[in-house]
Amino acid sequence: MTQETIAKVPLLHAEQLSSTRGGRVLFDELSFQLHPGELWQVTGPNGAGKSTLLRMLAGLLEPTEGRIQFNGTSLYDNWQSYCQQLLFIGHKAAVKGELTALENFYWQQQLTASPNTDGWDLLEKLGLLGLEDELTGRLSAGQQRRVALTRLWANKAKLWILDEPFTSLDVQGVALLQKRFAEHLADEGCIIFTSHQSLTLSELSPKLIDLSQAAQVHSEAAYD
Amino acid sequence: MINASMRQVWLAVLKRDLRIAARRRSDALNPLLFLLMVVTLFPLGVGPGPDILARIAPGIIWVAALLASLLGLERLFKDDFQDGTLEQLCLLPQPLAFTTTAKVMAHWLLTGLPLVILSPLLALLLSLPMQGWWALALSLLLGTPALSALGAIGAALTLQVQRGSSLISLILIPLFIPLLIFATAAVENASMGLAVHGQLAILAAISVLTITLSPLAIAAGIKMSVN
Repeated sequence: MTQETIAKVPLLHAEQLSSTRGGRVLFDELSFQLHPGELWQVTGPNGAGKSTLLRMLAGLLEPTEGRIQFNGTSLYDNWQSYCQQLLFIGHKAAVKGELTALENFYWQQQLTASPNTDGWDLLEKLGLLGLEDELTGRLSAGQQRRVALTRLWANKAKLWILDEPFTSLDVQGVALLQKRFAEHLADEGCIIFTSHQSLTLSELSPKLIDLSQAAQVHSEAAYD
Repeated sequence: MINASMRQVWLAVLKRDLRIAARRRSDALNPLLFLLMVVTLFPLGVGPGPDILARIAPGIIWVAALLASLLGLERLFKDDFQDGTLEQLCLLPQPLAFTTTAKVMAHWLLTGLPLVILSPLLALLLSLPMQGWWALALSLLLGTPALSALGAIGAALTLQVQRGSSLISLILIPLFIPLLIFATAAVENASMGLAVHGQLAILAAISVLTITLSPLAIAAGIKMSVN
């Protein structure tokens, strides 16, 4: 019995999260638990607070109210080990236009000292071979997104927080990324992402956090 | 080993900044060109008489150095802020205050160090007496790290301002004044054959103080903007 409860400690536990930006309530009293092997999708209309929620979970933004726990302790008390387990790709993808695809990849590698992955293999897998000497600033938006996503293949982080990872990707790119999602989940990883499209790969069945409802519930309450 | 060592991350940031500077050479060389132009134009403006030039040389060189250091400052953190790299640096296990020192170091290597190397040329152009040359080089070597460290605070504080360069100047010029006073005093004294240890020691002290404390201010400024 106790064994079971220990095993069930969530990787990330959000309790009663609220966010107010510019006097507007984005979401209120949002609670959920992310366990290893789970896939979560945050949905909602533009401006519903999806990115805000993800940045909050990544620890870049302090929640207006509520708290976030990682492995049972507060995020900020556990900051170092949290950073080691976290892979965050935000709306701004942190790809340097002045560096080539390969240089971007190796730079990220050096920051995280991830397992030695061969950059060339990865570029081939992501269809970037032949472009490795081109400055990423000159690549198309989809190709730049692929450069940013190379991190997903060369990282040991358990928790992935991805803001709109499918943006500007073509059909093959989306399929490739979903396959990588499935691998990560099978590896006891945990993913939370935002996207407007639903996943096509049948193995993936994300749990949903719908922020449009959260906002609605609150606006009704505000008028009472 | 899953965690990168502090040294490895620091070197990675430094190398990346230098590489990016090498890719946008005109931006990187701009402050240096500005300084050289000021120094070459002054003799044309005030006349080539060595007496006047030698007297105003320390002031010209140091004022030009201060203004030149302000030129590229706005972009020190802004590019990284806009493309999300700063967020990633915030999310490293290594403290942000530590990683940003690599960026400050890169800035000094690109703006401060060339000045030190060029200082004999600058001294020659303004006919500074021979005995003042080494004092000029030393004052630049000891003073320019403080320019980079203080400048980075200004750059971090104005990250969210659209065109922050005038605001940066406004914040930084008052902080630069003590450096200017002691550095020019050192060079003047040396030209006249007087002792300069006191002024140089104060310059060194200012640099040590700013280098040790500025990372905390820089990190706080960046975190404020990233939030």
